[in-house]
Amino acid sequence: MARTAVSGRLIWRVATLATIRDETATARTLSFDVPDWPGHLPGQHVDVRLTADDGYSTQRSYSLASDGGISDGGISDGGISHGGISHGGIELTVQKVDDGEVSPYLASVLKVGDPVELRGPVGGWFVWRPTDTAPVLLVAGGSGIVPLMAMIRARQAAASRVPFRLIYSARTPADVIYANELRLPAGGLDVHYIFTRNGTGRRIGVADVNTHGWPADFEPDCFVCGPTGFVETVADILVALGHQPRKVKTERFG
Amino acid sequence: MSFVDGNALAGPLGEIFAVDVTVATSQCASCGRTGPLAVLHVYAKAPGFVARCPGCDAVVMRLVRTPEGATVDMRGCVTLRIPLPL
Repeated sequence: MARTAVSGRLIWRVATLATIRDETATARTLSFDVPDWPGHLPGQHVDVRLTADDGYSTQRSYSLASDGGISDGGISDGGISHGGISHGGIELTVQKVDDGEVSPYLASVLKVGDPVELRGPVGGWFVWRPTDTAPVLLVAGGSGIVPLMAMIRARQAAASRVPFRLIYSARTPADVIYANELRLPAGGLDVHYIFTRNGTGRRIGVADVNTHGWPADFEPDCFVCGPTGFVETVADILVALGHQPRKVKTERFG
Repeated sequence: MSFVDGNALAGPLGEIFAVDVTVATSQCASCGRTGPLAVLHVYAKAPGFVARCPGCDAVVMRLVRTPEGATVDMRGCVTLRIPLPL
């Protein structure tokens, strides 16, 4: 039976950690082998569940970093090509310094070959489809880059010509996740950085979004992901600059 | 207190419904505002999920999961329109 990324009741699957890749001093990318992974759309997330020996259970959502391997409604043969992992795998990028119970475990304790429970992919709102044609503005705060990178990778995997602009706010240049991949961006992708703790560090402002985003007249699809305060600020700026609220999609991670 | 987007309900609701309800349009019983569930303000650091209207802050939906079952309180939601192409 054919499966799609957004239909069918959700079940927990057991995934196995296949590889670990350090991205920065505080972030690492985990790639998992997941049996019968149906593929996903860039921007979707998974819920990860950890259960202790005494039965105590806790869960957290993570955006998928890999492009998803879905094109034109089907799953492509190529699957996930970057990072050298095989089809049927997914990638999550985890920040070690995050609060909570799940992230420190994933970032520091979990070893290659260890199992975790996850369910997904889920979320049909904060997604970009390679068939979309409007210009795209991505605005990332810290590890908010993760689902936006999935969109950038999907754009490249689909050889899409849709123009993308990325505004990426990080603490310092050393905190930029996927730095190598973003250093030589594919044609049609512009990248602009804002560093909040680098010498004369400063927060994102109207001028950044106005200069490095798209004019509202272009009716771009805007995706904003980051901490709640960051997302609130950027979404307010975009609407003040004339973007339609329905074209500004947000993913806050609390 | 910090909130996340209604996107975060995709997993917990996906366990119950056969379609992705976060892209469905809900109408707030308090102010009448309509929009996708994905843009509700969700407070997740509680015994359950509390989803509030981004316009008037009224509670639109509550979801509590226990080992035995799930309870969905939708008093704050007049209608739920689900995209279902034939």
